[in-house]
Amino acid sequence: MAADREERRFAEVSRDSVKLMAESAGLELGDEVAALLAEDVCYRLREAAQSSAQFMRHAKRKKLTVDDFNKALRWSNVEAICGYGAQDAMLFRSVKEGELFFVEDRDINLIELALATNIPKGCAETMVRANVAYLDGKGNVGPQGTVPAAVQSLSDDLLKYYQQITRAILGEDPHLMKVALQDLQSNSKIAALLPYFVYVISGVKSVSHDLEQLNRLLHMVKSLVQNPYLYLGSYVRSLVSSVMYCILEPLAASINPLNDHWTLRDYAALLLSHIFWTHGDLVSGLYRQILLSLQKVLSDPVRPLCSHYGAVVGLHALGWKAVERVLFPHLPAYWANLQAVLDDYSVSNAQVKADGHKVYGAILVAVERLLKMKALSLPQPAEGCSIPLPAMYSELYSFFGDSLAVRFSTEQSFGGFSPCTPSHFRETRKEPLGHVSNPDTTRKMPQLTANLNITLRPQDQSLARSSMQRSRASSSRSGQRSIGLSRDVFPKARFTSPHSGPPTFSFVIGGRQMGRRCQGRRPFQTIFVPTPPPPVVLPRVYTHKLPVIGRVCKPLRRWTRSHYSLHLPL
Amino acid sequence: MYIKYIKSEPPSDGFGNSNANDGRLLSSSPGAGTGGTATGNNKPAPGPPEEQQTLLAVLQFLKKSKLAESAEILRREAGLPEDALDPKGTDASGSGPGLAAGSGQVDGVDASSLLSRVTVSSSAAAQAPKKDSSLAACFYSLSASPDQPDVSVVLSAYSQQGDPSLYDAYYSGLKRFIESVLDCHRAELSQLFYPLFVHMYLELVYNNNESVAKAFFEKFSGDQECYYEQDLRILSSLTKKEHMKGNETLLDFRTSKFVLRISRDSYQLLKRHLQERQNNQIWNIIQEHLYIDIFDGMPRSKSQIDAMSGSLAGEARREANKAKVFYGLLKEPEIELPLDDEDEEAENEEGKPKKKKPKKDSMGSKSKKQDPNAPLQTRIPLPELKDSDKLDKIMYMKESTKRIRLGSDNLPSICFYTFLNAYQGLTAVDVTDDSSLIAGGFADSTVRVWSVTPKKLRKVKSAADLNLIDKESDDVLERIMDEKTASELKILYGHSGPVYGISFSPDRNYLLSSSEDGTIRLWSLQTFTCLVGYKGHNYPVWDTQFSPYGYYFVSGGHDRVARLWATDHYQPLRIFAGHLADITCTRFHPNSNYVATGSSDRTIRLWDVLNGNCVRIFTGHKGPIHALAFSPNGKFLASGATDGRVLLWDIGHGLMVGELKGHTDTIYSLRFSRDGEILASGSMDNTVRLWDAMKAFDDLETDDFTAATGHIHLQDNSQELLLGTYMTKSTPVLHLHFTRRNLLLAAGAYNP
Repeated sequence: MAADREERRFAEVSRDSVKLMAESAGLELGDEVAALLAEDVCYRLREAAQSSAQFMRHAKRKKLTVDDFNKALRWSNVEAICGYGAQDAMLFRSVKEGELFFVEDRDINLIELALATNIPKGCAETMVRANVAYLDGKGNVGPQGTVPAAVQSLSDDLLKYYQQITRAILGEDPHLMKVALQDLQSNSKIAALLPYFVYVISGVKSVSHDLEQLNRLLHMVKSLVQNPYLYLGSYVRSLVSSVMYCILEPLAASINPLNDHWTLRDYAALLLSHIFWTHGDLVSGLYRQILLSLQKVLSDPVRPLCSHYGAVVGLHALGWKAVERVLFPHLPAYWANLQAVLDDYSVSNAQVKADGHKVYGAILVAVERLLKMKALSLPQPAEGCSIPLPAMYSELYSFFGDSLAVRFSTEQSFGGFSPCTPSHFRETRKEPLGHVSNPDTTRKMPQLTANLNITLRPQDQSLARSSMQRSRASSSRSGQRSIGLSRDVFPKARFTSPHSGPPTFSFVIGGRQMGRRCQGRRPFQTIFVPTPPPPVVLPRVYTHKLPVIGRVCKPLRRWTRSHYSLHLPL
Repeated sequence: MYIKYIKSEPPSDGFGNSNANDGRLLSSSPGAGTGGTATGNNKPAPGPPEEQQTLLAVLQFLKKSKLAESAEILRREAGLPEDALDPKGTDASGSGPGLAAGSGQVDGVDASSLLSRVTVSSSAAAQAPKKDSSLAACFYSLSASPDQPDVSVVLSAYSQQGDPSLYDAYYSGLKRFIESVLDCHRAELSQLFYPLFVHMYLELVYNNNESVAKAFFEKFSGDQECYYEQDLRILSSLTKKEHMKGNETLLDFRTSKFVLRISRDSYQLLKRHLQERQNNQIWNIIQEHLYIDIFDGMPRSKSQIDAMSGSLAGEARREANKAKVFYGLLKEPEIELPLDDEDEEAENEEGKPKKKKPKKDSMGSKSKKQDPNAPLQTRIPLPELKDSDKLDKIMYMKESTKRIRLGSDNLPSICFYTFLNAYQGLTAVDVTDDSSLIAGGFADSTVRVWSVTPKKLRKVKSAADLNLIDKESDDVLERIMDEKTASELKILYGHSGPVYGISFSPDRNYLLSSSEDGTIRLWSLQTFTCLVGYKGHNYPVWDTQFSPYGYYFVSGGHDRVARLWATDHYQPLRIFAGHLADITCTRFHPNSNYVATGSSDRTIRLWDVLNGNCVRIFTGHKGPIHALAFSPNGKFLASGATDGRVLLWDIGHGLMVGELKGHTDTIYSLRFSRDGEILASGSMDNTVRLWDAMKAFDDLETDDFTAATGHIHLQDNSQELLLGTYMTKSTPVLHLHFTRRNLLLAAGAYNP
């Protein structure tokens, strides 16, 4: 195995290749000779490659060229290999039957070439252009961000490009838009146009009635952000403010309930987090500023619910730490408002109420991930300020009740259930009417009670059993008190395990594991002991094995869908 | 089968002609053991008899190869009696140039062993291993091609047979021992791992134990320090005895002793352990291939060791950095500054803001004092100032009165010269001192010169036309120029390979270019034609630079030697040999008395132009060095390498004094601001970074120098010293230049 790895450290010329080459030259080689030759060839190749790197370094390039290799060959008195000097990559073709790979070498009709009338133009003359990049060392923040510098040097070509691109993106043809966005994402020569595009994007404020346009502009932001050749610099701030506008503002488009502005907000929130994670370092204090403005919106009761929704989604997109920092402490205050909205069953309130449910769902998702991430980060000593998980859970439970508990289960029995179906949304809006008489302060998501399908997975059983054995002695206390105690932590758990166990909570969290290969949800477990050991030993272990609602079985590659509020990869 | 660097091309310069003979000549040299009798009055006395023998051998060799002049010089310098050798071949063929062979460190440790090799084995001596002795360097320079020492002889040291299966046990035994010793010793003794590992591996390979060697490599290569990764990769591809021939890295390793600095306590510990265990195999390797520089005092810490290690052959020996270096600046010639105030006022009226009132006093007094650390004005002959030079000096002084004082709170503006449509072909850039011209060397063998001022480039008229002009007129200099040829760009054709280094002469009349084709060319910027092709390197010449006073220039290349040239000599004046790998960059000290070279062996050497001695060896970089810069006061040297770090060196004390971390890719350019307050570094990572050089060096002076030991504690303050990071637009920064008014110019090719 080790030898195998050693072999694979370098590209190898196999014995068979050597034999084949010998055959093509009309020689018959024995295995042994071929093996020796192959080894020697490999060594020579490596040596040449190593010395060619030197020529690359001195040419101040990062890309090794055929030319470099030829120079190395020449200086070691080997004939150079001609005919491969082109800059473009060589196309390899394979022949299936022979397991052969070769570079395509087309015949060139010299006569045709010689008589061709379209003589290629020579490449443009090498030239030097001077530009003051940074004035008084302050370029990074100062004059770079202003438009004028770019205006003067805008050539006709660039201007044309700019017009074409903006027309394509804001125009009707979806295909054209796609092409334009693709180019915006990969074009390396548009640095001078950046201020223009940023300006166009800042036009979101004037098209807040048109979801489609907003969407296109957001896509434009995404393309610009993803372009590796663009240095956004202080334009990040401008882009962020445009995106924030889409997330937070009560857009004119949202007056009509038929407009799906929620999706736009979800997408904008994702974009925000993308910008923040990739370009956040360009503007100092960006994170704080974003958090502040989100917090401001959230704590402003006058704002419509869709703004609140945006704030929650934005926080969620920025990560669970942001949720913990802003949303969680604010929740008690906010809850009262939301409660009022949700409890008003008058017909005139129906629309607002539906919005309220949207917000509710968004908060739930955010809080769920917060809990999960906290549970995950628990093994490492968390920073002192944070609230212990059980306390947080119990507090959150007081708001959400079982709809929260039910999120932490393992079952896959509802594999087919997809939250993104429109029916689901209808349900969301409709269902609460059926709960009119529900006096409970905790609010349940509609589908919760409907289908609880409980099965114990064997591995969980064995786990429970083994833990049971460990503390059998202490397990046979009276159950009465301990139930009450456990209720503080996980109140109203639907399912109680028949086994008794030690004071260890086996807390099974269902969710998608990180990584590409996960098929559906794979449960993973976090077992934790409550920090103050309970005075009374618990006779039972509550393993939550409730099926989950609104989960998709298949992990979605893109999460820029409208069901964002209910699906979230962990 | 091809073997690199076997002498395939006949060397084309003067010394090279003796190349074919030297084997025969040397084999017949009997070492002529006349004892040391004469001593020169103030010449270094020829020391122990074997050293003298060495000298005699060289002398004889020189005579035989009819290099009478050189022989004479050597004889005089060594203080040998005239009849030390019976003069046989005094018919001077006159081919001997004024050669004072450059040398590595003069330590003569290996001289005796070398001599015995000279007398015993002709083939070995013919190509003279590049031992760090002056003798070797001398031979080496004579052979004038970067040939390897004869492989069989070099490798024969590996032929001793130990039980290959025991190597593993030996090594892991030592490893266990080192891991078990006290912490303070462990770091020091850990230095042994790498050289031992390599030598043991090579021995295994040499003795055809391929599978054992592979297993050995597999097992222990992971333990080595990460900065040896490059070498290990080369090593790992080497698994056959046949391949060892012609492998540079291997021969470097074999021919130079790996230098380790270990405290006496740690060394005793090691010695005791090896003697107790009767571990002769390892002891032999240590004796034969390692040079352990023992010092008294506290063992060094891991970080101290890591700071200094990383070079191909270990650290520098302490005595290598003991020589005195005159790092002070030469006194500027006094030129009365004509005060044409009208001129300046006129300029002010034009609306150009004047930054500062000229301070004539400070300028004058500064140049009058003689720096005790400065070399004598006449230490090396410098060209006399021409009238035009004086004019230029006056311009310079005028400009410098308008210079902006830079500092951490006053950063320079940066102007970027972007080479467009260069198609990745730009390999070198230089800017004239007055920032009026910019030149680029290209992979397509051309050199292109642009004027960056409105003044166009013009050629001198042809000879026929020149005859017609009135030579008495005042504006004759203007009249000789051909207006018809005026253009922004001139292209110089002549090289037959990529141009890797270019340098303007200080007077802007000449341009040097060094190329892959092995030549250095001198171009006239009056006629835009090639004046001279300097041949001598025979292998790619990676860098060249004019002396700050003109006339001299230095070059370094793939043949591992740096050469000092004068523009009017077609052969080098000095050859600086000692580096174990390619010389990648060369720089002149501001006082023109010293030359710094950076190399792929990850060391920097400072050479004395006067006598060709290596006076400083700086180790600490973990990758090939691609940029060097002297501070304007001549006291410090900054170096940048592929490891993305800038290291700062105190030349006088021979110490590393700072480490600037931040770049993520090779640093290709370094430059101090005109007053030395700011160091700018440009890199492949498309950034220019500015560092607070003043602070870096100030902090140091308050520190008490542990100069005696040379063991410094570097504080990690890169972040404090970093004043700014400036991104370019997909353009690697190949060159940096501070204008006389301290505007920073950067240049590179746009690389989409």
